[in-house]
Amino acid sequence: MTIDWASFTPLHSLTGGVLIGLAVAMLLLINGRIAGISGIIGGLLAPSRNDILWRILFLLGLVVSPVLYALFAGLPESRIEAEWPVLMLAGLLVGFGTRLGSGCTSGHGVCGLSRLSPRSIVATSIFMGFGFATVYAVRHLLS
Amino acid sequence: MNNVMSLITGLVFGLGLIVSGMTNPAKVLAFLDLAGMWDPSLALVMGGAIPISAIAFFLAGKRGTSLLGRTINLPSTRTINWKLTTGSMLFGIGWGLAGICPGPAIALLGYGLQKSFIFIAAMFAGMALFGRLTAKRK
Repeated sequence: MTIDWASFTPLHSLTGGVLIGLAVAMLLLINGRIAGISGIIGGLLAPSRNDILWRILFLLGLVVSPVLYALFAGLPESRIEAEWPVLMLAGLLVGFGTRLGSGCTSGHGVCGLSRLSPRSIVATSIFMGFGFATVYAVRHLLS
Repeated sequence: MNNVMSLITGLVFGLGLIVSGMTNPAKVLAFLDLAGMWDPSLALVMGGAIPISAIAFFLAGKRGTSLLGRTINLPSTRTINWKLTTGSMLFGIGWGLAGICPGPAIALLGYGLQKSFIFIAAMFAGMALFGRLTAKRK
């Protein structure tokens, strides 16, 4: 294992994590909702009354955040390396998988782990493990 | 008030994703590449988020209602079934292919990157497909 110290951004990543934790805390304690992004989107695809607007506004906040950030500082780099056929396959897998598995990095990885939910511990171990394995296969076995 | 708070919370969540580096798919893939030049930064995102979130869930469990008066229902399912494991497996493979998970996918819309639109369209299609399959079974 070689650590890429030049790209290591501990302070930024920790600060970003604190902001995510605060957002989870706010949505939970003020609104009584769980900040699981795949679940928030999924609820829009099978909408029930009085359960739509808060989801749309939360997602709108996510979309607007880079625009707002760019008003005050230069947006940090964002680079998508995958080509479009891979992106399509990846998107399908992420969309279908997170709904089948009832959660993603936020719902299982942050909310679930922080309340020690056994389901989320299992889910997070599996998607992290398969994430590591997929990158290993693509970068070190196939190419 | 609920809706205003949803918007603000989405903004704070999105800013967290941007500052942390989660909205850079290349950085996410570098985090997942243990055998290459490994960038461990993103492990600290969970390190920053989980302690705060844990306190919030602890308080939520004690109070039972939110500040705006809504009953807080925490997920009570405890069964670990094939849906949970298979779904997480598929998600992990997709995440490893592109370096994008659902939160950053939505935030990337605001970056206006063309490639992100393809991913998001496919992600919605995947979610809709799941909805269709489960609706049929009912």
